[in-house]
Amino acid sequence: MEVDFKRVDAIVDSYGCNRDSLISILQDAQSEYRYLPEGVIRRVASRLRLPIIQVYGVATFFKAFSLKPRGEHLVHVCLGTACHVRGAPAVLDEVKRQLGVETGETSKDMRFTLETVNCLGACALGPILVVDGNYQGQMRPGKVKSVLKQYRKGAEGN
Amino acid sequence: MNKLKSAAELERLRKKIVSQRDPKRTCVVTSVGTCGLARGAAGVAQAIAAELNKDGLKDTVDFRTTGCHGFCEIEPVVVIYPQRIVYQHVTPADVPEILSETVAKGKVIDRLLYTDPASGRKIIYEQDIPFYGKQYRLLTDSIRFIDPHNLDDYIALGGYSALSKALFDMHPEEALDEISKSGLRGRGGAGYPTFRKWEAMRSAPSYDGIRYVICNADEGDPGAYMDRSLLEGNPHNIIEGMIIGAHTMGSHDGYVYVRNEYPLAVQNLGIALEQAREYGFLGKNILGSGFDFDIKISRGGGAFICGESTALMASLEGHIGEPRQKHIHTAMKGLYGRPTDLNNVETWANVPLIINRGAKWYTKIGTEGSKGTKIFSLVGKINNTGLVEVPMGITLREMVYDIGGGIPDGKKFKAVQTGGPSGGCIPESLLDLSVDFDRLNEAGSMMGSGGMIVMDENTCMVDMARYFVKFLTEESCGKCVPCREGLDRMLDLLNAVTEGKGKKADIDLLEELGGVIKEASLCGLGGTAPNPVLSTLRYFRDEYKAHVVDKRCPAGVCKALIKFTVDAVNCTGCRVCAKECPEGAITGEKKKLHVIDQEKCVKCGLCRDLCKFDAVLVS
Repeated sequence: MEVDFKRVDAIVDSYGCNRDSLISILQDAQSEYRYLPEGVIRRVASRLRLPIIQVYGVATFFKAFSLKPRGEHLVHVCLGTACHVRGAPAVLDEVKRQLGVETGETSKDMRFTLETVNCLGACALGPILVVDGNYQGQMRPGKVKSVLKQYRKGAEGN
Repeated sequence: MNKLKSAAELERLRKKIVSQRDPKRTCVVTSVGTCGLARGAAGVAQAIAAELNKDGLKDTVDFRTTGCHGFCEIEPVVVIYPQRIVYQHVTPADVPEILSETVAKGKVIDRLLYTDPASGRKIIYEQDIPFYGKQYRLLTDSIRFIDPHNLDDYIALGGYSALSKALFDMHPEEALDEISKSGLRGRGGAGYPTFRKWEAMRSAPSYDGIRYVICNADEGDPGAYMDRSLLEGNPHNIIEGMIIGAHTMGSHDGYVYVRNEYPLAVQNLGIALEQAREYGFLGKNILGSGFDFDIKISRGGGAFICGESTALMASLEGHIGEPRQKHIHTAMKGLYGRPTDLNNVETWANVPLIINRGAKWYTKIGTEGSKGTKIFSLVGKINNTGLVEVPMGITLREMVYDIGGGIPDGKKFKAVQTGGPSGGCIPESLLDLSVDFDRLNEAGSMMGSGGMIVMDENTCMVDMARYFVKFLTEESCGKCVPCREGLDRMLDLLNAVTEGKGKKADIDLLEELGGVIKEASLCGLGGTAPNPVLSTLRYFRDEYKAHVVDKRCPAGVCKALIKFTVDAVNCTGCRVCAKECPEGAITGEKKKLHVIDQEKCVKCGLCRDLCKFDAVLVS
């Protein structure tokens, strides 16, 4: 993927080109591109004067980063303890079945990426499903289809 | 806003703010924390703002959006002051009626009232809700008065007066002494005495004078969210605590390391820091005292291990979050090799309170070894889910039944899990245990950051242990062998047990392996990782035996050991399950009993969830 260095540089500069902001820089870059293309990792490393391996190490160590392109809609299933006790595994299974992907994968049409998260801290509403930052509380396997349908529709309308 | 240049200027500002406010004036409050937003509170808040504009009530009625009030179960919630009339599960469509009836005429809308599940009684006033009854909301009560985007709200409640006291009326040693006498222990999990960290850091040499204070907001324990709530709802409380700590320890640089999974906390904290700088509480020459201090936000990357002090600091420096051995404490050599103090969000939130009201007052709350209050997230299979703040020493029974309102659907209580993945499960026989650092440790669990997950008869304890070990295998950084390989092995064994392939000897092996991992791991993650297994083995060994000997899951959870069948009495033959079954395993004609083909069934549970007649049984 072609990377526009100006955008990456602007993010790096917004943190004063500071090494201790590496994670924040990568996070902002990821929200820009929806994942971390190789070019971004190389550019960030060179701007911060860090070895590429260190930036790559951080990008692969932390769960929040993806080195593979992600879909148009990000689906997160919370697997925190409170959600687990209230049946999150069954919700996850149903999401997998509906989207036809495993955790961490993107559907072939690049519409949906499925990820799990350890806890979103909205435990009272578990199990929780988040699509593009919108929280859906008290999920049940039977509700998954209709929630995802809204996002399928949206994509068809475009 | 001009920067405040003295304690007197702050007091003048406070007087001015308070004099402009009329406590008798009607004020509509709605909470827009993450849990409220997840239930549609944003729409409610918008509707209130729009409706107030339209009705021209704006000049006589105040409107405030706040952080979470604690009782997440009833969100979105609207409270009308000064009476404190509370409405639950409010939708935008309810808003016009609330304004025209309750706000304008003082009439209570019956259908929006909360019903206490224990007594069946409808409750009008927030303070009468039994959920709040046994709580002691020292840190959390102020959230309902504060719009986190408005520093004036915090100042009106006496905010930054502790800072002013620490800067002008106390020597740093006196402040340290106060913290020492208060007996404050770290709220992040381990319960280490706060003053010991502060004292060590204060006296540690730094070759260039740089030392750091950090707020640990990497609240990784799944099932705990009090730090999120404090940061979202009252960020200045934490900022004030950090400035006092920095002044006491002689630091000028602070960080808040916060999870990126908490976008609203990051946002509210960012706004609060900006305002604190504007008012002169952060930056150069704070309140004209000559003391300089500022705070940066650093967002985490979703790694549980980064709650550990050395891993957190490594990640702050831009490295991967691996812990190191702590033969030299971080108070001596921490971030960038400088003396560093790390305290949890809730610990920092206690600091202004102790400075303001004194250790003598503070030590009256709590037990011998655990002073003050603790915030817990009471979640799982419980009627009243939410954040509860209680004095240390309250019993688990009081928490589960008096505050939590017991178990939903008349189910039987089985256990309560505390301490997150490092903690353990406490059985019914120990419900009268006093909740404090030491008693929980003795029971084989720990306080942890305050997650309290209630489990009922439908929760399988072996599955719970497997859940935590799986969580920890994924979160182990992989640096040391006992944790990396040992947990993997434990997971294999637990998988075998839950799949009905376990042997009797596996139970003993799990126990032995757990002991080794505890002893030999490098950091706290590995050192406590076997706790969920060891504590369930200690209290629920029979359930393990049922899995390996009888090949049975008593709670009906472990897929390999259960069977879904259709109840001949309840089934109406509506065909919903047959149509939706992803495997086509259900057959049956309309209005006739359906049958599940056990060969085809993958036990996804969709049929059971969709059935409106409770006709799908698990055995």
